[in-house]
Amino acid sequence: MPDKRYETTPRRTLALKSPAGCDGEVAVDIEKETGNCNTQLKRQWEDDVRQTGEGETGQKNRWTTVSDMPVKILYDPGDIENMEYARDIGYPGQYPFLRGNQATGYRGRLWTIRMFSGFGTAGDTNRRWKKLLKEGETGLSAAFDYPTLMGYDTDSPMARGECGKCGVAIDTLDDYLELVAGIPLDRITTSMTINPPATVLWAMYCAAAELTGIPLTEIGGTIQNDMLKEFIAQKTLMCPPEPSVKLISDTIEFGTRYVPRWNTVSISGYHIREAGATAVQELAFTLRDGIEYVDDVIARKGLNVDAFAPRLSFFFNSHIDFFEEVAKMRAARRMWASIMKNRFKARDPRSMWMRFHTQTAGCSLTAQQPYNNVVRTACEAMAAVLGGTQSLHTNSLDEVWCLPSDHAVEIALRTQQIIADETGVAGTIDPLAGSYYVEALTNDIEEQAWEYIRIIDEMGGMRAAIEAGYPQREIAEASYRFQRQMERGDKTMVGVNKYVTSEKIDIPVLDIDEQVEDVQLGRLKAVKRRRNDRDVRTALNNLKSACITGDNVMPLCIEAVKSRATVQEICDVYREVYGEYHDQGIY
Amino acid sequence: MGTLRIMIAKPGLDGHDRGARVLARFLRDSGFEVIYTGCHQTPEQIVRAALQEDVDIVGLSCLSGAHRYLFPRVVELLREQGADDIVVIGGGIIPEGDFAFLSDAGIRAVFTPGTPLEDIAAWIRTHVARDGRETAWTE
Repeated sequence: MPDKRYETTPRRTLALKSPAGCDGEVAVDIEKETGNCNTQLKRQWEDDVRQTGEGETGQKNRWTTVSDMPVKILYDPGDIENMEYARDIGYPGQYPFLRGNQATGYRGRLWTIRMFSGFGTAGDTNRRWKKLLKEGETGLSAAFDYPTLMGYDTDSPMARGECGKCGVAIDTLDDYLELVAGIPLDRITTSMTINPPATVLWAMYCAAAELTGIPLTEIGGTIQNDMLKEFIAQKTLMCPPEPSVKLISDTIEFGTRYVPRWNTVSISGYHIREAGATAVQELAFTLRDGIEYVDDVIARKGLNVDAFAPRLSFFFNSHIDFFEEVAKMRAARRMWASIMKNRFKARDPRSMWMRFHTQTAGCSLTAQQPYNNVVRTACEAMAAVLGGTQSLHTNSLDEVWCLPSDHAVEIALRTQQIIADETGVAGTIDPLAGSYYVEALTNDIEEQAWEYIRIIDEMGGMRAAIEAGYPQREIAEASYRFQRQMERGDKTMVGVNKYVTSEKIDIPVLDIDEQVEDVQLGRLKAVKRRRNDRDVRTALNNLKSACITGDNVMPLCIEAVKSRATVQEICDVYREVYGEYHDQGIY
Repeated sequence: MGTLRIMIAKPGLDGHDRGARVLARFLRDSGFEVIYTGCHQTPEQIVRAALQEDVDIVGLSCLSGAHRYLFPRVVELLREQGADDIVVIGGGIIPEGDFAFLSDAGIRAVFTPGTPLEDIAAWIRTHVARDGRETAWTE
């Protein structure tokens, strides 16, 4: 006789083979907690735990994730009893896309091996890129030096000492042409980590393609172009939030119309996490940044959400706490799908897809005993794969000290290839689905992330929250808390506060020749001599007019780079029209 | 001995501020008076602020590799202003091979990744007095 309490709910039963204390097969109604038999077994286990007592294996007092989410000693069906597979988990390629965007997962298409790379001059980086492609990476990722990132030329007083150290030095289109020389831009996609000057570097890429006879409809890639997280975390700054968002909407509109294979934003959590945020903060602030951009494009450009949302992309960190990262990435997919469908009323399933690149956590690496970093990167890369990333960069063991040496970057590359070809984890879709722990953690992270989004909504949005210093203060608190935990030994970093050796391990480090700055200065001078100054002035004036009238700057930006206007000359136009923004120094 | 005043500054274009932020907070909680400049300060701006704020110590943080130019430049400008008594220390991504160069240029100590915050505070208390003179080294 069916129990009346369950009349409106389909009954699902599970047949268990005879466990100790029960006779024969038992039909367990899993709508109830776990049924009599499991309850008995659970009580027995709880007694065993009490008798044995929890020891100090692993980390002292650490029964939390690295982000301080509590971790129970055991998870069981009771932890996910309110979940319904169809509604909450589902199949890949179907809303809410928890298990992935594509029906075929990695079997249909492996993640892109995309190693972030750049140093010295354009020629130096072109050589490293070709080596990485030859060694098996499947997508390019450009790292620019600090002057380029900040919209200064190599000859600016602000740039002194910085040229080519953290990435490749790009001042003009001539540098860019050398950067991509011999690389088939219609057959390989390129991601560029560039924010305030994103319009300029993208314009250079577009110009380079056109000059090699490739139409804009055939180039694919990504520009990071996510200013909100700059104010929050990465701090490559130029103009205030409002005009920064306007420039981003310009790129989204231009891409939608003319460069359909391009991801015009990579809405990023990586840097938010590196600055010291928790996993929940990383997820929540990233998604809320995305919401801010979508709102702006719709309001400012009048585009339908489905026209541009499929080309929004994301970028997450893969930190050292394995299951927390997997859960975070799964939660990201389910949350973005819901935001697109329910908040923005998207109709096209492709608008609901969360497509993301991942980088293993730089901040988890240690200067001490650097070879341990190979292990950390491998674990983090594995988590990213089990989290379903579309694209992956693995850090090199020496990156606490310098940009990767040839040998170190090779190991990082092989790490991905070993995971892909030897471990088997890519052979089945979302293999951790159904894990009591992982599903429970996914739910918890999601719930906490919604709360942050609600708070920021109530503040009036992300720009308002940034002005109030809210995400910056959250990060400052979280990073300070972590540091204190580390120094008390409540969190472990092997080689730093546990298993410390006095033995110095010397590793070869990549040294950027101080001469690079002189070489680049020479190149810049030569371009300025060769170019037609009147063309440059005209182009910059046209760009300035567009900035003032609010027109889309991209076409004028492309003309400007073709005239060989420099990165700084173009950015100075933005500074002049939109004003400059300085770091608030919140700590 | 009065409360020591320390300016934590980020010279150059480097935006990696986590270490500087966390150190600034720790020193404040430990009883120092702290001024944090935020990112993207020129050496000129740092020196001007250091003099205005009458600090005893300037701590420079740089992770971009530009320290070989920026750190000595700050010391040079302080000396030009007759502020030799301000103790300048540095931190960030600084290869060991550069320690001697920086020391010769007047950087009194360099703190690299993994240094406990308390060690930095202890060094300052041991080596700097409020009247601006360095105390005896206790090596």
